[in-house]
Amino acid sequence: MASISFKQVVKRYGAGKSSVQVIHGINADIRDGEFIVIVGPSGCGKSTLLRMVAGLEDISDGEIRIGDRVVNQLEPAERDIAMVFQNYALYPHMSVFDNMAYGLKIAKVPKEEIRARVEKAAGILELMPYLDRKPRQLSGGQRQRVAMGRAIVRQPKAFLFDEPLSNLDAKLRAQTRLEIQKLHRELGITSLFVTHDQVEAMTLAERMIVMHGGVMEQFGTPEEVYSKPATTFVASFIGSPPMNLLHHAPGLEQGNILGIRPEHLDLAEDGWSLLVEAVEMLGAERLIYAKLGPDSLIVRLHEGEQAPRPGDTIKVKPRTDRLHYFDAKTGGRISS
Amino acid sequence: MIERRPALTVLSHLVLILGVIIVAFPVYLTVMASTQTAQEIAQHVPMSLLPGGNMLETYRVALFGGKTSAGTTIGAAGPMMLVSLVSALVIAIGKIAISLLSAFAVVYFRFPLRSLVFWMIFVTLMLPVEVRIGPTYEVVSSLGMLNTYAGLTVPLIASATATFLFRQFFLTIPDELVEAARMDGAGPMRFFWDVLLPLSRTSIAALFVIQFIYGWNQYLWPLLVTTDESMYPIVMGIKRLVAGEAYTEWNVVMATAVLAMLPPALVVVLMQKWFVKGLVDTEK
Repeated sequence: MASISFKQVVKRYGAGKSSVQVIHGINADIRDGEFIVIVGPSGCGKSTLLRMVAGLEDISDGEIRIGDRVVNQLEPAERDIAMVFQNYALYPHMSVFDNMAYGLKIAKVPKEEIRARVEKAAGILELMPYLDRKPRQLSGGQRQRVAMGRAIVRQPKAFLFDEPLSNLDAKLRAQTRLEIQKLHRELGITSLFVTHDQVEAMTLAERMIVMHGGVMEQFGTPEEVYSKPATTFVASFIGSPPMNLLHHAPGLEQGNILGIRPEHLDLAEDGWSLLVEAVEMLGAERLIYAKLGPDSLIVRLHEGEQAPRPGDTIKVKPRTDRLHYFDAKTGGRISS
Repeated sequence: MIERRPALTVLSHLVLILGVIIVAFPVYLTVMASTQTAQEIAQHVPMSLLPGGNMLETYRVALFGGKTSAGTTIGAAGPMMLVSLVSALVIAIGKIAISLLSAFAVVYFRFPLRSLVFWMIFVTLMLPVEVRIGPTYEVVSSLGMLNTYAGLTVPLIASATATFLFRQFFLTIPDELVEAARMDGAGPMRFFWDVLLPLSRTSIAALFVIQFIYGWNQYLWPLLVTTDESMYPIVMGIKRLVAGEAYTEWNVVMATAVLAMLPPALVVVLMQKWFVKGLVDTEK
């Protein structure tokens, strides 16, 4: 187990004038045993960052430490980490047992110990009946568990997960999410988990890194990220439906943006006057898509509130303690 | 075919049966001729299509050599088959080994002029053996490799086709698998042995069959580089039986031809199991 720290980490592709910088100086300290989720839209550099920790991509500038070792120059196998890939990357011609044992075999671990470790991991992951099977004889969820088993048997200092749930169906994804959480509680190994799914990020993370365009927008607990988004990007990316960002709300200072979450708007006798454009019924929640002047906005109806019809005009009152202000130019949060 | 029309079924079977007859008849003729005596073949025109009674004697002479009843001396086919077998095996295995390694280098290593190297290999596809046979002979003879197994096999081993085939196969192997192996601490050669080679099994089997037959059927090249009878491959042996003496013992020629057909046929039959296996469990 170990901490992981990023110091001014930069990734550039190409050299000289034609080089493209995709990661712009990441600074973060991850504590020993923490479960960190790196979340962001596709192309934001989250996978690249993870692969830099793994050693599959060079670090152009800055340094990454695992424990107290700078790992910039170390080969992936020397970094004492294990990775779970999006497509599992199991060796198709090897049995489940051999897949899990391969790394240990290369590291010249004695045979009895390999057997003991693989069987222990298989026990935790309920893979015991499948040890002799080939990956193609397993379901998606089972393959996923084998990939995790391969990581566990290494007894690494840190786990790296590269969107491991994106190939599973919705039900299995929720179940595997719980399993990963349970596993982390049991083993307590520092984990970095990359995903583009904010629900996954919110449910799994102890702390999360929100990335956008190669920049770390916010680093904090899911609670903090949700209730105090550091930028307009974080505000619109985290939470479903996303936070309303209004440029022309009544009484708003010029050059500022007002943010308010759909669930923090209440129907009222007086307040903002909205023109309803559409109403969505999603089971547990009902959403109203409406216009406030030129701004679009979503209102989430509370229980017992009567749903309006498209074309109606309704009045809503924002909860004043749940207002967020951002600078329109920088997108940064204006403190409060 | 999705359609089920009786007329179409009859027609397609007719075409297939015709095809089989066209292919199979010469083989049948060869086998039948090898069971008769030379006199019987010479006297009956056209020859009888039924088996004769001289089979054992004909094959004994063809395999071990000796004097026929007509007094012709026949060279033994046995040693020639051994020469053919050794060169075909060396060519097939050598081609596969070299192509695997060069494809591995071209796909997985970054080195200067990598694509130039690949295209240089690829361009040699355009030059068949016959085109470069003069200079190749010059090289082989200057190196003193005439009448040796090295002379028979080495010039035929380099293969752009096989390199290209393995390259295409390696390109289909997902990058994540390579990365997983790196994370597991496998070096390049370890990855080659433990992952690439087992995954290439079916392509290797297919290539082996093709290259074995290619090596076995070589005629022009051995004709140039061998002058010593003990280094003649079987294919050359057949030709010598026909042209060598005034009176051709057709039954022995045919028996030798059958003997020359057997090993490649055996290889195809045995390796066919592997093909089917490769088709059934797609491991990718």
